[in-house]
Amino acid sequence: MIRSEILRAIAPVLRDHLVVCNIGLPSQELHMIDDNAKNFYMLGTMGLASSIGLGLALAQDKTVISIDGDGSVLTNLGTLSTIANNVADNYILMIIDNGSYGSTGDQPTYAGRKTRLEKVAEACGCENVITCRGEDTGETLQAAIDSGKMTIIVVKCDSGNIKLPVITMDPVVIRDRFMKAVAD
Amino acid sequence: MSIDRKIVDDLVANDISFVTTVPCKQLAGVIEEVEARDGILHVPSNKEDEGMGLCAGAWMGGKRPAIIMQNTAIGVTINTLATLIQYYRMPLPMLISYRGELREPVACQVEMAVHTKALLAQLNIPTYHFHTQSDADELDAILKYTFMCNKPVAILTDASFWGGYGDQ
Ligand SMILES: [Mg+2]
Repeated sequence: MIRSEILRAIAPVLRDHLVVCNIGLPSQELHMIDDNAKNFYMLGTMGLASSIGLGLALAQDKTVISIDGDGSVLTNLGTLSTIANNVADNYILMIIDNGSYGSTGDQPTYAGRKTRLEKVAEACGCENVITCRGEDTGETLQAAIDSGKMTIIVVKCDSGNIKLPVITMDPVVIRDRFMKAVAD
Repeated sequence: MSIDRKIVDDLVANDISFVTTVPCKQLAGVIEEVEARDGILHVPSNKEDEGMGLCAGAWMGGKRPAIIMQNTAIGVTINTLATLIQYYRMPLPMLISYRGELREPVACQVEMAVHTKALLAQLNIPTYHFHTQSDADELDAILKYTFMCNKPVAILTDASFWGGYGDQ
């Protein structure tokens, strides 16, 4: 299962929650599959989806799901210790771990070689770290939401991309629409 | 009143309730004060770009944020300032320890000090420089300005402002 198939499968779960989506293809895919005001698309700034999601979860009560990638988490590895030490039980970090930098042409990441992000998260002090297959993402995500506990989900899946257009929405429109959904 | 308390009082008076920090000797008193205040959620970050991500999320969640860091962080955060804070038009007061200015004992700090204002100017970031303690009288107005215009704003505080580096 590749990332776009996973996003399509879990769109019904994501739809009810605030979603901070990683730069590049993940945001483009989510935008194409189910664009709505509760989605915050990152158009730049690789690596910060998990940090933005944590800040958002700490600031208000609604459930926040950050959709991140293995390459992006590697670029901001400190985030896992910040998350572990600032628990927000309305926060779920979902790392789609396809072992490659999808948006730049599927070059391998170190997560696709020796590095195990789920073990890094545990070593950082994250208390609920779950690894699942792409096929089980929806069920795992729903269980994490229902648990009311901050959870890190590492989804192991295949690398691969579909062709799709870039997001042309104005960033301020994305942000303003999202903030209204947060406050709603 | 201590300058540390005055600064944090101004943050609180401007409804700032989410502060991220990266450690600094000169800003240690302010950071301690931030940690002690009930009305402020203090989330230390490992790196300043991560901190700006936290601030962006907190602001979208309804809390006014601020970041406290050293001027070397400008080198670390240019991409984040341009593609997140400025691109999505978000307010972010940046209280910055301006190392490498007069009375600096560490030569390497000067290497980023000479680029600091030029980089901030290149990014069109409104920049204020506190050199003597009375300069901090403007902090309240600077914070109001930041949340009026939804921009990152830099407040550089140099060694003279903090009273030097002690015995070094
Ligand atoms: Mg990847």
